[in-house]
Amino acid sequence: MIQYIIRRFLYAIPLLIGVNILTFVLFFVVNSPDDMARMQLGQKRVTEQAITNWKQQHGYNLPLLWNEKAESKDKITQTIFYQKSVGLFLFRFGVSDSGRNIGADIQERMWPSLVLALPTLIVGLVVDVSFALLMVLYRNSAVERAGIVSCVVLLSISSLFYIIGGQFIFAKLLKWVPISGYDDGFSALKFLILPILIGVFSGSGSGIRWYRTLFLEEVEKDYVRTARAKGLTETQALYRHVLPNALIPILTGVVVILPLLFMGSLIMESFFSIPGLGSYTLDAINSQDFAIVRSMVFLGSVLYVLGLLLTDISYTLVDPRVRLS
Amino acid sequence: MKMRNHLIPILFILLSGCEDLQLNNPYADDEGKQSVLYQSFSERPKHLDPAIAYSENEYAFIAQIYEPLFQYHYLKRPYQLTPLTATKMPDIIYLNKEGKVLGENASEQEIVYTDYVLNIQSNIQFQPHPALAKNELGEYIYHKLSVEQIQAYKTLSDFKEVGTRELTAEDYVQQIKRLAHPKLQSPIAEIMKNYIVGFDDFSKQVASKKKTDIKNLSLSGLEIINPYQYRIRIKGKYPQFLFWLSMPFFAPMPWEADVFYDQPGLADKNITLDWYPIGTGAYFLAENNPNRRMILEKNPNFHLETYPSQGERDDQQLGLLKDAGKKLPFIDKVVFMLEKETIPYWNKFLQGYYDASGIASDSFDQAIQFTGSGGVALTESMKHKGIQLQTLVETSDFYMGFNMLDATVGGYAERARKLRQAISIAVDYDEFISIFRNGRGVVAQGVIPPGIFGFAEGREGINSYAFNWKDNKAQRKRITEAQQLLAEAGYPNGIDPKTKEALILNFDTASVSADDRPMMNWYRKQFEKIGIKLVIRATDYNRFQEKMRSGNEQIFVWGWNADYPDPENFFFLLYGPNSKVKFGGENAVNYQSSEFDRLFEKMRNMDNTPERYQIIQQIQEVVRHDSPWIFGFHPKSFSLYHSWYSNLKPNLMANNRLKYTRLDIESRAEKRKLWNHAVLWPIFIGVIILLSAMIKLIFSCYRKREIR
Repeated sequence: MIQYIIRRFLYAIPLLIGVNILTFVLFFVVNSPDDMARMQLGQKRVTEQAITNWKQQHGYNLPLLWNEKAESKDKITQTIFYQKSVGLFLFRFGVSDSGRNIGADIQERMWPSLVLALPTLIVGLVVDVSFALLMVLYRNSAVERAGIVSCVVLLSISSLFYIIGGQFIFAKLLKWVPISGYDDGFSALKFLILPILIGVFSGSGSGIRWYRTLFLEEVEKDYVRTARAKGLTETQALYRHVLPNALIPILTGVVVILPLLFMGSLIMESFFSIPGLGSYTLDAINSQDFAIVRSMVFLGSVLYVLGLLLTDISYTLVDPRVRLS
Repeated sequence: MKMRNHLIPILFILLSGCEDLQLNNPYADDEGKQSVLYQSFSERPKHLDPAIAYSENEYAFIAQIYEPLFQYHYLKRPYQLTPLTATKMPDIIYLNKEGKVLGENASEQEIVYTDYVLNIQSNIQFQPHPALAKNELGEYIYHKLSVEQIQAYKTLSDFKEVGTRELTAEDYVQQIKRLAHPKLQSPIAEIMKNYIVGFDDFSKQVASKKKTDIKNLSLSGLEIINPYQYRIRIKGKYPQFLFWLSMPFFAPMPWEADVFYDQPGLADKNITLDWYPIGTGAYFLAENNPNRRMILEKNPNFHLETYPSQGERDDQQLGLLKDAGKKLPFIDKVVFMLEKETIPYWNKFLQGYYDASGIASDSFDQAIQFTGSGGVALTESMKHKGIQLQTLVETSDFYMGFNMLDATVGGYAERARKLRQAISIAVDYDEFISIFRNGRGVVAQGVIPPGIFGFAEGREGINSYAFNWKDNKAQRKRITEAQQLLAEAGYPNGIDPKTKEALILNFDTASVSADDRPMMNWYRKQFEKIGIKLVIRATDYNRFQEKMRSGNEQIFVWGWNADYPDPENFFFLLYGPNSKVKFGGENAVNYQSSEFDRLFEKMRNMDNTPERYQIIQQIQEVVRHDSPWIFGFHPKSFSLYHSWYSNLKPNLMANNRLKYTRLDIESRAEKRKLWNHAVLWPIFIGVIILLSAMIKLIFSCYRKREIR
């Protein structure tokens, strides 16, 4: 297993370099260092000298990928790409173009993202699995048909509608919770209830349908028929046999997104003023802050690779037939 | 059954009692008797270092913290500078080439240097700050921290010891030296090189030096006469320099701040001067979490400053002088919450959790109604809440520009001039303001917006090339007159004689989103009125900027917001040596008129005299005639304030307005309570339904078991 994990980590290195190059190229196709300087220096009274100074100080006065004028290895090392990328592999994100330390910002902002995303995931999972089981239990009945229609309706509506509607009903009309905001510790609870519920509700349409499909696939298998033949009730067969077997795809689906929970949710955080990482990347793209963009893309890639690795490991834990080699 | 009979009234009573709760209160209930103002910000400020900060959202914070020598009088109009930390307005001394003092009436040609002798008040203390903390031996506690020590600190508040010291002239001089340091990249460094004597040389001298090294280096144009007096020498005569001196760029900075913040390791924790200011102002930044909230608290060391006792004629009647002579500030704490979306922000304002609000377009109809006479008023629901409306025409220009280097729309030939004048008539900015800005704007008749010296009202101030004075108001000329001008320009009915088809003009813009499409269509229709086909060339902002720099645009829209209340700050946008293509300046249309430049050079350094006013009118006439701009409009801001908010007077120049604001916190608490009763009956019904369902389920299970 350890050998497998090491191998996977080594595979990740070229992958991350590739992601880094792609991000770099895409970013600089749209923005030149001069554009970045202008964005940071503001719109008024920006002189060419000020732009040159900014580029020099932020290390954007070098060629992008290849330094023709430099000697030997400096042709590669004396480039913006090299200078800005090496630190990333050591998780040194450096300073944003507006002057803030990116690592400190990520550390600070990932926790609010997590406290929103994790309960949403757990509660959502419980709700989705429960309703999916209920629909399977009452399959071919009015309950299932009503459930399917409700799911289609739920997943057809934009999550923005749930957010605005939820804020309007629960925060504005009924005044049960604050419309938006955040606080530390347990005080955060009153700010998180509504976004979590909305998150669960808006995701339940697709979630319930997906889990229902998994359960329906299992429920038709021979071992379930055997269980019924042994005299188990439908409920017992469902909970004792179908649910544990259907857990494998559920678990793997969940594990792969676990690391990405740190990355936050853009719309939810924006509407509820939760100071998470959701809007960090988007704000950086808007302000042409390449330092943040590359850091967040890199971090996202690392977390995704980690998620895939965890999924593979989790297979071995829940399914004895799977062995990593 | 008996139990159930009792349960319902008990639940009802419990829930009724809970209705007094403000469950939706987003703030902790620890305000006590403090007067706390709640505001919001939608974008985190990029910089809080006064040498770098230059945008409105940055000034919202630093103008409360840092104190330049002068400030704009809060009540008097036209805008007027008064001493803030200075004892009086500066002594201005004109000198010739030999350094000999000249009289006040010396001609501009004679004046080679101007000295500003500035006197500051004694006994002004800096806010408590760790950079100024000293031990019993008088040594700075936090100036020589080891890497291990720095590791223990996460924010500035982790530094337990704080100190202060008296403000001296050296702190002002230190800040001007900081402006010159290339590593700081002050946006005004390049401008100041043209004015402050020795600024450029100093900049070159310190280019390779650390920020902390500048303290002991001298800048030839600056001289500390004594701890409370210093002198700045500038080149030539530049009366607008006084306006610069009233901006945070020229606020004092203790040398200790740079020494403290430059210690290695602090920047990794975002503990920098750019994020934790150190000033003498009415407030200090107590919490800086730009990802969530920023809190200003009353500076315990704030010097004595009182509310103004003089103002405009109506100020007494409006209650704006009730606090005359009282010690500032009135508010103990200002909480700025990050609020990115307008809907939650607006709803929180209506619930009383924000004290003031702008009006987004989606909530405009909810807040504002138009009266029969075309005026604006609050809607009944706003009036019912006691909300106050404040409107103000901003000192800004939004104009449509013609690239004067362009072969078709540019140039100074009569043909091109008539083409531009025809377009000026066709593009109906009254309609634009009505459709796209909910009436929030005033059609511009010239370069100078209202409130700036030189602005002429009535018949005298109209753009006679696009408007007629009729029925006591400016009325846009008929479209037939535009067509006539177009024909005279060589495009009868908009037909280009070269192609025998409609003249095609290009509109360059960075507005690429779907939301911008209606506006682009509107522009197209305006040009269609005179038979011109307008092609929208939408690109991303970077490409648009590139086009502007290289002069590859044809027609565009652009804006300018005043730095200071002087006509020079607007006319310089058309001054030849400021041409964008040739000199990289702010003259985006690349206008070059010898007559304009001559008048501008004559006007810019004059005092606000009737003679200056006349010259300004002449300049306006030159620009209206040449029409390098379609003057567009001056935006009008609409702001809403709750009834508990007082001492409200719009002031576009003063950014340090918070210290004058007063809140009636008892009234606010009452209103909030009244407006935010939680509606709990749906819970009550939900509980009953749930209980009934559970009882039914249990009963049915019990029945099933009994049957088995």
